Amino acid sequence: MATPVLEDTKERQVPAVEIIDLKKSFGNNHVLKGFNLTIQPHENVAVLGKSGSGKSVLIKCIVGLIRPDAGEIRVFGQDVVNLDRQELDEVRSRIGFLFQSNALYDSLTVRENLEFPMRRLRLKKTKAQVDQMVHEALSSVGLPNVQDLMPSSLSGGMKKRIGLARTLIMEPRIILYDEPTTGLDPITSKEIANLMNDVHQKYNTSSIVISHDMSCIKRTAHRIVVLNEGIDYLQGNYEELEKSKDEIVRSFFL
Amino acid sequence: MSTIYQFLYETTDVSRFAIRFFRDGLKPPYEIEEIIRQSYVIGYKSLPLVGITSFIMGLVLTIQSRPTLVEFGAESWLPSMVGISIIREIGPVITALICAGKIGSSIGAELGSMKVTEQIDAMEVSGTNPFKFLVATRIIATTLMLPILAIMSDAIGIYGSYLAVNIKDTVSFPLFYNQVFTSLSFGDIIPSVAKTFFFGFAIGLIGCYKGYHSDKGTQGVGRSANSAVVISSLLVFIIDLIAVQIADLFYEL
Repeated sequence: MATPVLEDTKERQVPAVEIIDLKKSFGNNHVLKGFNLTIQPHENVAVLGKSGSGKSVLIKCIVGLIRPDAGEIRVFGQDVVNLDRQELDEVRSRIGFLFQSNALYDSLTVRENLEFPMRRLRLKKTKAQVDQMVHEALSSVGLPNVQDLMPSSLSGGMKKRIGLARTLIMEPRIILYDEPTTGLDPITSKEIANLMNDVHQKYNTSSIVISHDMSCIKRTAHRIVVLNEGIDYLQGNYEELEKSKDEIVRSFFL
Repeated sequence: MSTIYQFLYETTDVSRFAIRFFRDGLKPPYEIEEIIRQSYVIGYKSLPLVGITSFIMGLVLTIQSRPTLVEFGAESWLPSMVGISIIREIGPVITALICAGKIGSSIGAELGSMKVTEQIDAMEVSGTNPFKFLVATRIIATTLMLPILAIMSDAIGIYGSYLAVNIKDTVSFPLFYNQVFTSLSFGDIIPSVAKTFFFGFAIGLIGCYKGYHSDKGTQGVGRSANSAVVISSLLVFIIDLIAVQIADLFYEL
């Protein structure tokens, strides 16, 4: 897989993701109450917040899995909230999503898992090209020899890597990580965080990382946004927030 | 009151799900490969169970009906009576009930587990319409496979009956089949095959609906599988009741 370059100058000029006054409620539970966030191309941003604060809702809104009640979400300048299915699929092809549960298709082999997004998007690739892409995506995550295994036979860290490889095969411009190190031991967590950095460098991506794992955030994020009470409460880099006297911010560093 | 509300809410929601199937699920591009795969899983893999059950039903029905017919001196009517019973009612309904149990629960559990492990969301994000790929293909496969399974069930059931007749009497195979088919008319065959399409549609629809709207957690998956079987079995009887009334209008049963 060749290292992708920014497709056009427009992608260089506009923010990768721009969220303006985003609101989302589930019944009486007002999860997002006017959240704002701008991510520049090639920037990694971590969103920090308590459980149930709406972090996962936020990234699911970005990728169109949840429709917000109000506000705007722009991905490379394109408002994803008001797109039809075909246009949304077009935008989604530039977004990778690593699910908390990995979401590997458990009835398919690793190879079929990786081929699935390509087959669905009906890309015109020859078998040799597909083989090459699968091999390169798996090599990128350090697992070139697991093509024929079923997801059930993989460890938690390997599943996470395969999930990332499945994301990378579509050469996304933005990657959304939902709790990428949850449930992993510290050594594997460190490996995954390093892998996220490698991917960022190699594929020139922007990313949003949802995590409670401060060591992962420290390793991967250029900037941290604290999501509290449904709004972008505070932001800064790791060192700035570490020195913060704010009670809510401090609670994440304890 | 809340139970009535729940019932009405769910009925409306299932209707919307069915409308979505006709509106979105039947539009191109078609997932032909997945429809064939599902047809194999739903049809071919259910055949042994359907076959064994139908064979036993034909056998038992014949053995149990014989004494009554012998009492009235109408023993010669046995092939006709069993044939009509199997073709009109027992074959299609038993096949549908077996499929409601086997296929309904499997679709409910499979989609439910895909839902709770975010596999459906992953599919959506990767540019695949999960409704077309997972739901439409399964509903089409159950709708097409049920009639085929029912016809095979009829044939195997009648063969079981032939063997049962030969336990006490000696009847040749051609004579037995001749007696069965002489007593059958289009009014017996057409409605019984037609209703199996609706049975298949109902089983696929309910299994997919329950799985697709599964609650989070393993309990949710279990509930989806369980209610898929219960509701689709109930629907089979309701459709059967309606089908009999409609067939009666056209064929004067």
